Amino acid sequence: MSIVRTPSAAEEARGRTGRKPSAGKRAERRLAWLLCAPAALVMVAVTGYPIAYSVWLSLQRYDLRFPAQREFVGLQNYVIVLSNQYWWQAFWVTVGLTVVTVAVELVLGMALAMIMHRALVGRGLVRTVTLVPYGIVTVVAAFSWRFAWSPNTGYLAETFAQGEAPLTDRFASLAIIALAEVWKTTPFMALLLMAGLALVPDELLRAAAMDGANAWQRFTKVMIPVMKPAILVALLFRTLDAFRIFDNIFVLTGGAQGTSSVSILTYNNLIRGLNLGIGATMSVLIFLAVAVIAFVFIKVFGTAAPGSDREGRR
Amino acid sequence: MAVIGGAETPARKAKWALLDVVVVVYALVPVLWIVSLSFKTKGTITDGNFVPREWTLDNYQEIFTTTEFVRALVNSIGIALIATLIAVVLGTMAAYAVARLDFPGKRALIGVSLLIAMFPQVSLVSPLFDIERALGLFDTWPGLILPYITFALPLAIYTLSAFFREIPWELEKAAKMDGATPAQAFLKVIAPLAAPGVFTTAILVFIFAWNDFLFAISLTSTERARTVPAALSFFTGASQFEDPTGTISAAAVVITIPIIVFVLFFQRRIVAGLTSGAVKG
Repeated sequence: MSIVRTPSAAEEARGRTGRKPSAGKRAERRLAWLLCAPAALVMVAVTGYPIAYSVWLSLQRYDLRFPAQREFVGLQNYVIVLSNQYWWQAFWVTVGLTVVTVAVELVLGMALAMIMHRALVGRGLVRTVTLVPYGIVTVVAAFSWRFAWSPNTGYLAETFAQGEAPLTDRFASLAIIALAEVWKTTPFMALLLMAGLALVPDELLRAAAMDGANAWQRFTKVMIPVMKPAILVALLFRTLDAFRIFDNIFVLTGGAQGTSSVSILTYNNLIRGLNLGIGATMSVLIFLAVAVIAFVFIKVFGTAAPGSDREGRR
Repeated sequence: MAVIGGAETPARKAKWALLDVVVVVYALVPVLWIVSLSFKTKGTITDGNFVPREWTLDNYQEIFTTTEFVRALVNSIGIALIATLIAVVLGTMAAYAVARLDFPGKRALIGVSLLIAMFPQVSLVSPLFDIERALGLFDTWPGLILPYITFALPLAIYTLSAFFREIPWELEKAAKMDGATPAQAFLKVIAPLAAPGVFTTAILVFIFAWNDFLFAISLTSTERARTVPAALSFFTGASQFEDPTGTISAAAVVITIPIIVFVLFFQRRIVAGLTSGAVKG
């Protein structure tokens, strides 16, 4: 996803000049609202109402297998979920996978961004193939990894784990899930970082080189500080995205052997178990967790919220 | 890391070429593996070889003769195209307003888009599952198209408004001076200039809708609306004792083709779209 800022006050002022103050202004407003209304309506209708409904559902006992027992139970569902060991196992699996994959992606993504940005030969080729993991359907890639690690069938299983079934072992499974996730999403991280790299002025690097800074010092002392906003935004987006991991786990293990993420657990309770009350409770809890992550990034690390003004709101 | 201002010596070129090879291997090996599996015969599919020993088209023949796959492919194409079309039209309108017009509520619109972009999709699955069953949208095309549009809109609005800011706006002003209304200026002057950005956005949105698995598997229950990613996970062989590896691989390759085509022909555009206006803070 690409992120843009709203026009700065100066740009807006420039846009305003040369227009008649009142009548033209009102026409402009009306046009703007007309143009935005359909998009805003769809977004609010498909997310706003369901979220409110989700909170309402989470306060009820509502199991589609026993619809007659539907009743308002207050926070009981939250007590059930939050005292359930599977919820916490899934929660920590999700947190662990998020931290590990995003950290690895940051390092690999930075390397890949450098290659895409600076390669003397084959820059177009590198950029093209990099988009393959980004664009490929996650489920397709997940099947590729699953078959690769299946005993007998797979080239990776044959090479690295002969006579074993890595996808039936908890830690091997988690490692493979992380591998699949890293492979698929590193290019996206790299593209966001490349946008940041493009902002590092060459003169600055040249000046640093003349002052005797070696490559590593130029990287840590010049590039990283200039790229910091880009890095933070890339981390924010990838962290939120990693937290909702679903496709890879679903295909690779189905959540067996304690590899469920919170999304898998919610899906299992909802679609397999048909327990709407519990499913909605987990939905709300995941939403809260994501909100906390976003809040920490924006308030604590000072990530510029994508789309916010340059002046900032803080 | 490149030495700044270094000469393009053969040695340094060779080093970069080596890095290129690493990246190509990284990106393509998992894809080639599933291609290889799709061409293996039933007898050799479990030989663990990276390159097929015996080549066959049987797997492709098999999936195109089952309604399960063909129907899913039709669903995938139809749903992704319709969702893309609607999201891009609505997104273009909103992005024009965001990029060019001054109006109260702009912040709110951007805030809402941002919230949705960061939204855990699984949080919507529970309520949508119940609401769509009540409205009769469960297991229908619109039942998937609606959430796809919703989650594609933030992407469309951000990408498009970034593209729109690059357009020479003097032309719009000139059109207005010649007596065009803002709406005319939008349709006659800006829309043609914006076409490349719109096209790029359409590709990104299509990839998103084409890729989705969570909604596809949660909000469908039959062939009526099940898309290929969801159908793949229900694939069994011709009989339940048959290993579906070959057919899954063949189906996986088929739905990868459009992605490869986009990437090959529109690499520049996609990179520009994904990085456009990103992080200038």
